[in-house]
Amino acid sequence: MEGQLTGWGRTAPTTARLCAPTTADEAAAALRGAGGRGAVARGLGRSYGDAAQNAGGTVLDMTRLAAVRSLDLAQGLVEVEAGISLDRLMRLLLPFGWFVPVTPGTRHVTVGGAIGADIHGKNHHVSGSFSRHVTRMRLLTADGGTHELLPGEELFDATTGGMGLTGVILDATIRLLPVSTSLMTVDTERAHDLDDLMDRLETTDHRYRYSVAWIDLVARGAATGRAVLTRGEHATADLLSPRQLADPLAFRPRSLPAVPRGIPGGLLRTATVGAFNELWYRKAPRERRGQLQRIGAFFHPLDGVPDWNRVYGRAGFLQYQFVVPYGQEATLRSIVEQLSRHGCPSFLAVLKRFGEGGPGWLSFPMPGWTLALDLPAGVPGLGPLLDRLDEQVLAAGGRVYLAKDSRMRPQTLSGMYPRLAEFRALRQRIDPHGALTSDLARRLAL
Amino acid sequence: MLNALGDPQSLLLLGGSSEIGLATARRLVTGRVRVVHLAGRPSPALDAAADELRALGAEVSVHDFDAAAVDTHETVLGKIFAEGDIDVALLAFGVLGDQQRDEHEPMAAADVARVNYLGAVTSGLVCAQALRRQGHGALVVLSSVAGERARRSNFIYGSTKAGLDAFAQGLGDSLQGSGARVMVVRPGFVRTRMTEGMQEAPLATTADAVAEAITTGLRRGTETVWVPGALRYVMSGLRHLPRPLFRRLPL
Repeated sequence: MEGQLTGWGRTAPTTARLCAPTTADEAAAALRGAGGRGAVARGLGRSYGDAAQNAGGTVLDMTRLAAVRSLDLAQGLVEVEAGISLDRLMRLLLPFGWFVPVTPGTRHVTVGGAIGADIHGKNHHVSGSFSRHVTRMRLLTADGGTHELLPGEELFDATTGGMGLTGVILDATIRLLPVSTSLMTVDTERAHDLDDLMDRLETTDHRYRYSVAWIDLVARGAATGRAVLTRGEHATADLLSPRQLADPLAFRPRSLPAVPRGIPGGLLRTATVGAFNELWYRKAPRERRGQLQRIGAFFHPLDGVPDWNRVYGRAGFLQYQFVVPYGQEATLRSIVEQLSRHGCPSFLAVLKRFGEGGPGWLSFPMPGWTLALDLPAGVPGLGPLLDRLDEQVLAAGGRVYLAKDSRMRPQTLSGMYPRLAEFRALRQRIDPHGALTSDLARRLAL
Repeated sequence: MLNALGDPQSLLLLGGSSEIGLATARRLVTGRVRVVHLAGRPSPALDAAADELRALGAEVSVHDFDAAAVDTHETVLGKIFAEGDIDVALLAFGVLGDQQRDEHEPMAAADVARVNYLGAVTSGLVCAQALRRQGHGALVVLSSVAGERARRSNFIYGSTKAGLDAFAQGLGDSLQGSGARVMVVRPGFVRTRMTEGMQEAPLATTADAVAEAITTGLRRGTETVWVPGALRYVMSGLRHLPRPLFRRLPL
């Protein structure tokens, strides 16, 4: 079947042949039969840009390869096929007192995608990225062979963060996190500007497993960078009310009606987003400690609004996420000021601190500050602005996240990822005919 | 690939020394375009255009392409597409002819039709097939307001553009769902070499303005671009004017 695909940002659609293998053998056959324009695996399409598209080629929808192979409840190890979502894993594991070790801002990503993008969550400063918790995986490579990979091996490290370009991840074993309840205990506080925010994060972040700050990027002048910090920990049973104690591991995320199709573009202007941000900031308590929140509300608030990406209208949107190392706070401050000055209507701007980076060759996280923001694609002057920011990030020794990227220059990228040359050489060696490729790979010459 | 903001990375310019074509190429090369294929009849102007784009940082190759030699199009263009993906193919060739002469020299009129219409049909189809295989890309076709309603003063040229415009629209419809698309550009009177010495029509525009409208249209995914935009409404009026009245207009 042919179909047009985009990433979550709904920009730059291209057409590919879609096939949905139900077994590893079918996946291997599809990869062999992909033809000159190659194939790439796709999960739930939550990458913002063009990572899971392959114009004129084949896209393997992996979501039917979603079985749980084995579950070791004593050790907290689960072996799953790559197409299973974190949502299903949470529903399955929470009643047994186990949680996924790393979750991004949505539960609707597959395990294969989580490894391919080496995703991170609010706990990166404590737990590192997703791949750190993968104890083994099986990869289908361009030659049609399957490889059992262990951490520390070359192909393992090239695959974690490798954006699906080393092969198709078939299954993996993940080490889980023990929890005693399905609730979070959350501290909320407001920061009145960027310096205040960075100061608070720097001095107290180490006390929390999960930490994130929402920044009001529309605020200008003295309020530039004002923010709401939300930090938390899995709640222990002694914090629960008697009613909550009746079912301490309950997990029943609720969902609102989906956003309808056909929303006109340009709805999200600086004025409307400014009003929303004002409200959001004021609504947050100046300081509140120990509030009990459900997992969905704490980790995945937007999952409660299906198809929320439609609010950006036909033109779609993009997410810009970068990291700059510690010591480069001046660059971060300058970038926040430039974005604020440009009048970018972003209601989702998130700042957090990364801990140690992983061994993945193209893995994004490195010790430093990471800022992620959603931007409507139709903002005038957005392209040149983000190109300038790329240069500043590069000069500061930082990088832009490939799972979010949809617009970077290939030249900039190679400066950001020092192991890119090795990655290209490895692909040349194990996949000389380019059987694995994607629009992202073409656009950035990966 | 086109990025999220609609910036292409590679360009094929058919009619390699067309002023509008080059103005567009210049604009795109200052953006993301790094690979440019200039296809046209060999000439010093074509080489100069290639040098200029190279100086702007593009990797430029020049290809011998004659719009009138329709039986060569599959081979020539096939080779270009075999070298790599083309994000934007800009069909910018065309001749104005000399209406007064051409009315008395049918073979000269046929030359105008061969280049403007036949040449566009063959090369447009070759490009469309290639873009369909790629699963992405835009074919930009330079039509003209002259094709909206043929006028006494240049109906030979106008009729070729009318044919081209209808062809391009249909081709665009045929590409629906393929990932590739066609954008039809309808400029009014453009001040270029081709129109030098002619009396300017109202709402006259420049090659740069057309180039800007093309890049904006690519970014927005527009199907039809009028330059200047006001011509859409002017032409809509003229199109529906009764013929006895239309004839009397000083057009």
